[in-house]
Amino acid sequence: MDRLFHALADTTRRDILRRCVRGELSVSRLAEAYPMSFAAVQKHVAVLERAGLVTKQRSGREQLVRTDPDAVGRARQALDELESAWRGRVDRMARLLADEPRSDEPGSDEPRTSTPRAFDPDEKNTTEGSER
Amino acid sequence: MSVTSVDKDLDNLTLTLIADFAAPLERVWRLWADPRQLERWWGPPSYPATVEEHDLTPGGEVTYYMTGPEGDRYRGWWRITSVTEPASLEFTDGFADDDGKPKDDMPTTSVRVRLTEHEGGTRMELRSLFDTREQMEQLAAMGMEEGLKESVGQIDALLAA
Repeated sequence: MDRLFHALADTTRRDILRRCVRGELSVSRLAEAYPMSFAAVQKHVAVLERAGLVTKQRSGREQLVRTDPDAVGRARQALDELESAWRGRVDRMARLLADEPRSDEPGSDEPRTSTPRAFDPDEKNTTEGSER
Repeated sequence: MSVTSVDKDLDNLTLTLIADFAAPLERVWRLWADPRQLERWWGPPSYPATVEEHDLTPGGEVTYYMTGPEGDRYRGWWRITSVTEPASLEFTDGFADDDGKPKDDMPTTSVRVRLTEHEGGTRMELRSLFDTREQMEQLAAMGMEEGLKESVGQIDALLAA
């Protein structure tokens, strides 16, 4: 996660990624697009590569940079990730709703104890006996 | 579990999720409409959200940042496109730079939320879609949600305990 954020924290690297999403590009082609040296661009590509965002392949004298070519797999992965994110949010929503006593139910605003005692038939006695 | 169904449309890059909550509709709406409530569920436990602006009117904005374990901050924004209180909300969700300025070169998703009364509780239908295929690819490549996945695992472990 840190590596990903680091890789994406830089405008040039995000731009390189965007260009490569459209189709593979050679490092020298990429280098033409930025006001920096070939070596500097190569370093940016190396950061993206370490973060698992692009792969580099040698083709003759060129180094080709590309993202995962499996577009369907990508779509599935992106939607799976979106689903995970929203499932997590829905779980947290449900817990928030459950935590708060419903004001429209009589007696629900009684002080809550830290340990649920819903299954204790002698709730009051036990509470007094154990805590006093 | 609250999630009733999930549909993923690979062609239209759309996620549709239906969740049912045992709470009145107004109460579920408050999860979205009250910024203090929103920040308790938007970010994963390891990246809690802090909501700054919160204007749920068409054209209005919600701005927030998530704080990581090392104090690192990631900013995001919503731009509200449609609101029908307390039944529906539509917005675009995106990333922002350190000054809170929207990052144009980062992906956005469009989110639509609909709440209806259902069997004594509230049904929430959520649709989230990538605005372009390129953006979807970018987000997938970024693996932005890895941390969220991890937190879902933590929640599952908590619930199973």
